[in-house]
Amino acid sequence: METSMWHALLYLVGIMAFAGVNAAWLGWCERKGAARIQRRIGPCEAGFAGLLQPLADGLKLLSKQLLVPQGVDGIIFRVAPVLAMIPAITSMAVIPFSENIGARAMELSVLLLFALASIAMIAILLGGWASGNKYALISSARAVSQNLAYEIPMLLTVITVVMISGSMNLRDIAIDQQGGFWHWNIFRLENGHFLTMWISFIIFFICAIAETNRAPFDMAEAESELVAGFMTEYGSMGFGLFMMGEYLNIVVGACLTAVLFLGGWDCPFGLTPGIWWFLLKIYILIFTFIWIRWTYPRTQIYRLLNLSWKILIPFSLANLMVTAALIKVF
Amino acid sequence: MHTLVCQPADAPALFSAEGLVGVVFLLTVALVVTGALIAVNARRLVRAVSGLAICFTGLAGVYYFLLSPFLAMMQMLIYVGAVSILIAFGIMMATPEEQQATGMHSKATLAGPLAFSVAALIFAALTLLGLKTEWQVFPRQGTFDIKEVGLSLLTTHGLVFELISIVLLLAIIGALVLAQKGRN
Repeated sequence: METSMWHALLYLVGIMAFAGVNAAWLGWCERKGAARIQRRIGPCEAGFAGLLQPLADGLKLLSKQLLVPQGVDGIIFRVAPVLAMIPAITSMAVIPFSENIGARAMELSVLLLFALASIAMIAILLGGWASGNKYALISSARAVSQNLAYEIPMLLTVITVVMISGSMNLRDIAIDQQGGFWHWNIFRLENGHFLTMWISFIIFFICAIAETNRAPFDMAEAESELVAGFMTEYGSMGFGLFMMGEYLNIVVGACLTAVLFLGGWDCPFGLTPGIWWFLLKIYILIFTFIWIRWTYPRTQIYRLLNLSWKILIPFSLANLMVTAALIKVF
Repeated sequence: MHTLVCQPADAPALFSAEGLVGVVFLLTVALVVTGALIAVNARRLVRAVSGLAICFTGLAGVYYFLLSPFLAMMQMLIYVGAVSILIAFGIMMATPEEQQATGMHSKATLAGPLAFSVAALIFAALTLLGLKTEWQVFPRQGTFDIKEVGLSLLTTHGLVFELISIVLLLAIIGALVLAQKGRN
């Protein structure tokens, strides 16, 4: 691993650029996707196919006054949106984009990602509380109970992948799956893991949707009941930062899914592995996130929690046992 | 990774790698102290919990400097991600948003100086102990990676591991009993 100053600086700039571009243009993707699914056109005025819309939105948000209403907890109110952004960008430091592109191939990088995700949860909690608004408070309480509930099955399914690869290093996990789709963790032929790993994948993906607070699990910002949830009191760039944080969390979730289950930068047929395959995979996954959001209606909070505690956790525990047994038997 | 054993005489320059590492170390220590002070002095309970979370984050940094990244990650995952959030959750559920100020009570004027002097004594004793003792640096045995942690947890410390699982089981059963009572 190269450790010169330029190396670190390049990755810093590159990751910031990747995060910024994604955070801005995924908003455009979402609006276009929503529009197409609802038989509308979506943004089309600013630039070709509305591609300049994110710039216009960004300028508008930046030029608005940063309004801090009366009766809020000033410091926490200002810090919360920043806290929502930081962990998502920091997570990208350990994601292996291809065999040679990755800022830091850290041992325990899987754990680091989950440790950072818990900071994002604190941001929602504090933002909702500091607003001094009942809707915001209910929303953040919902968000936290949901995230705590879905973190358990998510970690349990990640353990199955870690057991198969024998490493907590995302780069090692990806290298372990090279050489065609039959080596990927989701369809892995050896030891008969394909019998259970697709269940792991489905559980993991459901949990990823729930952890990023996306519909059909967006109880935290259910606009028909809670105005805008924890973002109710936020205007201008505070709101912008929360939105960008949400999109970046989706990107991190897609990257994690691609690395853990879909072979990272590997080509399905063992040809020309590289970063383009990784990007293709994560954007297909991100499209799936958008697709699901605009296809399914919102659930209710108790159903959401029942799904996690009564279905996903028992299934992921059984899955863990079977995977361990498969490793022992073969 | 560097072992941070440097004598004051050959302190590294600020803009070398070791110097920057030293600055980061001081920052983590500052994080711990600031967080602890906020946790103790804040008037609003949620701010106090935020201070606690900051303190835990700093502690994770200290663990990282003690060459155990696994412990640092777990500190973040469990103490910041679960313990602080659960405390904050409890506070939010328990009190309305008009927080009761946790101000000075009449007892505090009595207990305060007493507690302070005890704390100062302990601090002085620990500092003296740290400065006077001839520390022996043992060579590191093994790599202390996660595999070794797991192996020793399930072999050498197997009994402790089982005891912890019994404690957790009791906690779960206790929570179930309480929840059942609340529902009726």
